Amino acid sequence: MPGSSGAEEGAPPDSGTSFPEERLVEAYRSMVLTRTMDERCLTLQRQGRIGFYVPLQGQEAAQIGCAMALTPEDWIFPAYRELGVALARGVPVQLLLDQFIGNSGDQLHGRQMPNHYGYRKYNFVTASSPVGTQITHAVGAAMAAQRRGDPIVTIAFFGDGTTSSNDFHAGLNFAGVFQTPSIFFCQNNHWAISLPRDRQTRSETLAVKATAYGLPGIVVDGMDVRSIYRAVAQARQRAISGGGPTLIEAQVYRLGPHSTSDDPRRYRTDAELAEWKEKDPIALLKHELLGSGRLSLAEDEKIWDAAKQQVGSALKNAEALAPVDPATLFEDVYATVPPLLARQRDDFQQFSREGIVKP
Amino acid sequence: MTELTLVQAVNRAMHEAMKGDADVLVLGEDVGVNGGVFRATEGLQKEFGAERVIDTPLSETGIVGAAIGMALYGLKPIAEIQFLDFIYPAFDQIVSELAKFRYRSGGQYPCHVVIRSPYGGGVKGGLYHSQSSEAYFAHTAGLKVIIPSTPADAKGLLLTAIFDEDPVLFLEPKRIYRSVTGEVPDGDVRVPFGQAAIRREGTDVTVLAYGAMVPAAVQAAESLAGEGISAEVVDLRSLVPLDEAAVLASVEKTGRAVIVHEAPRFCGYGAELAAILAEKTLYSLKAPVVRVTGFDTPFPYALENLYLPGADRIAHAVRATAKAG
Repeated sequence: MPGSSGAEEGAPPDSGTSFPEERLVEAYRSMVLTRTMDERCLTLQRQGRIGFYVPLQGQEAAQIGCAMALTPEDWIFPAYRELGVALARGVPVQLLLDQFIGNSGDQLHGRQMPNHYGYRKYNFVTASSPVGTQITHAVGAAMAAQRRGDPIVTIAFFGDGTTSSNDFHAGLNFAGVFQTPSIFFCQNNHWAISLPRDRQTRSETLAVKATAYGLPGIVVDGMDVRSIYRAVAQARQRAISGGGPTLIEAQVYRLGPHSTSDDPRRYRTDAELAEWKEKDPIALLKHELLGSGRLSLAEDEKIWDAAKQQVGSALKNAEALAPVDPATLFEDVYATVPPLLARQRDDFQQFSREGIVKP
Repeated sequence: MTELTLVQAVNRAMHEAMKGDADVLVLGEDVGVNGGVFRATEGLQKEFGAERVIDTPLSETGIVGAAIGMALYGLKPIAEIQFLDFIYPAFDQIVSELAKFRYRSGGQYPCHVVIRSPYGGGVKGGLYHSQSSEAYFAHTAGLKVIIPSTPADAKGLLLTAIFDEDPVLFLEPKRIYRSVTGEVPDGDVRVPFGQAAIRREGTDVTVLAYGAMVPAAVQAAESLAGEGISAEVVDLRSLVPLDEAAVLASVEKTGRAVIVHEAPRFCGYGAELAAILAEKTLYSLKAPVVRVTGFDTPFPYALENLYLPGADRIAHAVRATAKAG
C-alpha cells in the first residue's frame, strides 16, 4: 500500500499502541451490531418508517478500530456516516433510532435528517450535511483543549470527496501551524457519490496531502481493525505528547449506495463491487476468529442473533414513542425565544388550536 | 467616563472582557503583533499573550471554523474578519454551522462566537472594502446582528455580545471608526440587545437608521429643523433582535417613515422594516414609506460619495415625506 508511515516510525516500538488482542471478539461484536443496524435501517427507509438513511457497509472495521483507540474524553467530530463510531462509543441503539424516526425521544427534537445526530454526553458532536466543515471545528476544539490543558485529542471524520473541500485545507493548515492535538480520519471509500477517487484528486494518495501542511499522513488498510487501531493509537499518542496532528487515510470501500437516494449501479461495475466484497471486513474477521478457534459457529450465530434482537427491541421502543412535540419547532434557535419569533410561535399555536393547520 | 473614538471603544470592550474572563480570546488575520489593520486589537496581544490574541493563517473559513470549535469546547472566541467583504469564504461556516448548532443539536451544543467585522463604505475602498451585507445574516435564523453608531454603544454592545449565549455578528461602521468620538463609561458597562435608541426626538417624520447612516440622519434632521420639519432619528443598534416596539411607537407617533441604509435596496434590511410598517402601522401612516439606500449596483470606487446616502439625500426624502399626503 502506498504512502509513508510516519506515525509508526515516530512511535517507540512498544508504546501500548498495538491492538489489544483480548478485545478482538468485542470489536467483532461491535462490527456485527453496526452491520445489523445498518441493514435494518436500509429496510426501514424502504418501508417508509424512517425518512432517509446513509449506510456504511464496508467501513465497520475502520470505524470500530478507530473508536476503540480513543478515550471517552476525546472529542469526535463526525460526518454523517459514522454509525460504527457512535455504537462503539456506547451511544444506545434506541437513542439513534429515535433520531432516525424524529420522535419525542430524539434529543435533537426531530430537527435533523437521520445520521446527523450528536450527543454531548458521548463527546460526539452533532453532524451537518455540508462536507468538511467539521474539520476546522475539530481544530478549534483542539486549540481550546490545549489552552485548558486537557489531555485529549479531537478527531474529525470525513471521506475521500471531502479532501477537495475548503475546510479540509483550512483545517489541516491551521492544525499544522498551531500543532493541535488532532487526528484527521479520512475514510477513503473510493466513491464520493458517483465520482471515483481518481477523479477527486490527482494525488497519488489522500494522505500525501498532509505533507504540504507539515504533518504526517499515513495510509492504512481500513478493512483491518488491528491496523486501524494501531494507526489511531499512535496518532493519538503523538497528539497527546505535543507531537501535533496526523492525517490517516483509511482505505475502505462503500459496499452499498451513498444514501438511500442513490443507485450505485449507475456509476460503478459489479466486478469492482465483487472484488471489494472479498475484503468485507466482517467476513474477514469472522473467518479469522473461526479459524483460530476463538469463536465457534454457534457463538457467532449468537452474536448475530443478539445484535438482531438488540436492534429489534430498540426499534419497538422507539416506534412506540410519541411524535416530536410541535412546540419544539421554535426552541433552541436562540438561548431564549426572541419577541418576533415568540409571536410566530403564538400564531402557530393558535393555528393548531383552531385547526387551521393539522399535525 | 473616557472620551474615545469608536474603534478605541471596540478595543476597550475586548480589553475589559479579556481582563475579566480567561476564556475570552481573539483570533483573526493581523490581530496580534500588528494590532489589526484598523488597530482595533492594538495592545491586546502584548497584554494577554499570543495564545489569547491569535494571528491566524489567511483563511476566513479557518478562522470562523476554529472559533466554532473553541466555542463548542467552552471558550468565548472573538473572531475578526478583516473586512466584511471578505466574510464570504466563511459564509458556509456562519450560516450552515454557527447559526444552526444550538438548534440542530437540540440545545446540546450552544455555539457562542462573536464575529467582529468592519463594514460599509466611505473609505475609498471600492467593491471589496466597502460592502454592507448585513441582510444576508439578518436573514439567517440563529444569528444576532448588531451595529453600533456611537463609541459608548460600540463598547457596551460588544461587551454584551461577548457574554451573550448566542452567536453574534458585530458590524463596525469603519467610516466613523475615528470621525466619531464620545464619552464612554469605564469598566464592564453593557448595553442590552434589542433596544433601539432615539438619537433625536421629532414629531413629523421618523428616520430609521443604523451604523454610519445614523450621524448622517441626525445631520439631515438638524438641517431640516430650520425649515420647520421635525424629524425623529431612531438608531436601531440591534438588527436582530429588532426592537420592533420602538420602531412602531415612533412611526405611529409621526405617521411618516424614511428608512436609511447604505446597503443596496432590493431585499435589503429596509425591506423588512417597510414590510413591518405595512403590516403594523398602515392605518397610522400619512404618507408612503420611503427608503434611502445604496443603489442596486456593486459598490463603486470613484463615485462612492454619490452611491452612499448622505445628509442631503436623507433630508430630501424626509422633506418630501413630510409634505406628502
